[in-house]
Amino acid sequence: MTQIFTYITYKNGVADDIASEYIAAAKKIDPAATITAVVTGSGAVLDTVAQSLTSKYSEVIKISNEALAYPNAEVVRKALCNVLDKSAIILAPHDTFGMDLCPGLSIKMDSAFAADVVDFEGIEGGKLKLVRQELGGAVSTHVSCDISNGAVITIRPGAFAPVDAAASGKITDKPAGDLTAKRRFLEVIQAEVGDVDITKSDVLVSVGRGIQEQENIAIAEELAEAMGAVVSCSRPIVDAKWLEKGRQVGTSGKTVKPKVYMAMGISGSFQHMGGVKGNPYIVAVNKNPKAPIFQVADVGIIADILEFMPELTEAIKEL
Amino acid sequence: MEILVCVKRVPDTAENEFQLNSAGNDLERDDLVYSVNEWDNYAVEEAIQIVDNVGGNVTVVTVGDSESEEVLRREMAMGANNGILLSDDAFEGSDGKGIASILKAEIEKGKYDLIMTGAQADAAAGQVGGMLAAMLDLPYASLVNKIEVESDTKIKVGREIEGGNQEMNEIELPCVLSIQTGINEPRYVGIRGIRKVAQVEIPVKDAAALGIDPSSVGDAGAKVKRVDYFVPVLGEGAEMLEGSTDEIIKQLIERIKSKGGLA
Ligand SMILES: Cc1cc2nc3c(=O)[nH]c(=O)nc-3n(C[C@H](O)[C@H](O)[C@H](O)COP(=O)(O)OP(=O)(O)OC[C@H]3O[C@@H](n4cnc5c(N)ncnc54)[C@H](O)[C@@H]3O)c2cc1C
Ligand SMILES: Nc1ncnc2c1ncn2[C@@H]1O[C@H](COP(=O)(O)O)[C@@H](O)[C@H]1O
Repeated sequence: MTQIFTYITYKNGVADDIASEYIAAAKKIDPAATITAVVTGSGAVLDTVAQSLTSKYSEVIKISNEALAYPNAEVVRKALCNVLDKSAIILAPHDTFGMDLCPGLSIKMDSAFAADVVDFEGIEGGKLKLVRQELGGAVSTHVSCDISNGAVITIRPGAFAPVDAAASGKITDKPAGDLTAKRRFLEVIQAEVGDVDITKSDVLVSVGRGIQEQENIAIAEELAEAMGAVVSCSRPIVDAKWLEKGRQVGTSGKTVKPKVYMAMGISGSFQHMGGVKGNPYIVAVNKNPKAPIFQVADVGIIADILEFMPELTEAIKEL
Repeated sequence: MEILVCVKRVPDTAENEFQLNSAGNDLERDDLVYSVNEWDNYAVEEAIQIVDNVGGNVTVVTVGDSESEEVLRREMAMGANNGILLSDDAFEGSDGKGIASILKAEIEKGKYDLIMTGAQADAAAGQVGGMLAAMLDLPYASLVNKIEVESDTKIKVGREIEGGNQEMNEIELPCVLSIQTGINEPRYVGIRGIRKVAQVEIPVKDAAALGIDPSSVGDAGAKVKRVDYFVPVLGEGAEMLEGSTDEIIKQLIERIKSKGGLA
């Protein structure tokens, strides 16, 4: 029988949405699997989270220790190695914490590792078949993962529909064991707030690497002005320092909920689209007909944005 | 400080339209444009800047075929002092753990204070750095976007976390860090820079030279194997507007208006 542990991440005492998404993922791995939630932390916050999980999971393992109050991946890894059965499948989110924790965890567990999984197709002969993406989402792959010695798997947040399984689970306390670490958490520094708040705009003209040069940002600004919109961007534009960090949409930037999102020369990576919420009307203009953005957009145009945007600006001005 | 940076030659996502080969088991690779993994450039730039400040050497290493030599030379043109190519037919088909164990064998032959990888490469796994650290029993931090050297034995690192917030940590040396884009602005490498390092000898090491059992790496040692490639179908896909630019713009404006995007 397949044993699946789901590592629960949480913020301010509330479990992340992934807690419900794991259940769908686990059922796709093996409908008959035993699913156990695992949560680490300390004090009343941990108790609250663990309690909230009992309505979804029939088994909850709670590992409490002051050293786990902040999720330092090295410390969490030690706790999980001390407590969990090494032949099991461990699920974690493919986010900045899961990326920090899981590759090393798989080595210490001596089990297989698969990252950023978007679908599972079941187990056959000791091999789990799963689906992931490569090259910024341009291609998908089926991957065969030998789980005979367990596996650590990160799943993409939002890729599995949340299951609201009703349960009345029981909480089991487990001692964390030795947690000495060579990495010490100091503090979290909050992102700076820029002078423009892209989260307040109903319409965003969002530029990606397709804009090609800093000078061309002005072309997007003219379009935005004509539309009464604001210019936002993908990460490479901020990395190149063409726009300030506060303009970046995505998992490591801002979450926006506009009515209309104009993706101009953006490929549509999941980290970018992870910041586009509230089901806006997505317009994608891209010169590559195979760009992944066309799979998530509502309307698509194959064009060079440097030519298309000025024409659109003119047409709107003439309205 | 002795710094090792792991780099990889990858298909350039901005330059290529990816096609599957006729068998569907791989990409059509003949016409692909390759370059160094974007994240690795940031790692090499950071290593060079650290060495500029505190002294030491930057070595770049890759596991790959003979064509991978070009990415080592590119990073040496940036300013890395040494390059090492780890190459053997037996390495083909390695999973993340396989690559990490090949790199580990080389790392154990040297003495490095700091080992860097990119946050992720073409397969978007983000695995090699964390695996390497665990195998070497060294501390690790991923998605690093700030490094401050405090002493010979300790550094302070910032990690990028959700929402662009930054998690500060103190970490003992030696350690492994995976580097996130945006940490610096990688320097430009011109044709002249490449020419300067064109003749530098780059040692090539195979499984035997590294003391690796060939059956423990490559396809033979891999627990995780890619079965095939396919083009993803997510949802319905966009309604594609066609026709003359004027027609397209007219249709687009109608749609944007109906969605409340234009007054
Ligand atoms: C931990 C982590 C967090 C991340 N967080 C974020 C985040 O918050 N936000 C974010 O955006 N990214 C984030 N990324 C990066 C993300 O994975 C992608 O690398 C990034 O979103 C790509 O940006 P892009 O689409 O602008 O560039 P590319 O992927 O290079 O795409 C450029 C597109 O422009 C098209 N194009 C080129 N020229 C033209 C032209 N003249 N006309 C029309 N189209 C053109 C190309 O066909 C291509 O589709 C993160 C990555 C990691 C690892
Ligand atoms: N074949 C390789 N040779 C050297 N370094 C690699 C190789 N593959 C991955 N890496 C390193 O690991 C990082 C993350 O890659 P990955 O884990 O494959 O997403 C890369 O940015 C490189 O620094």
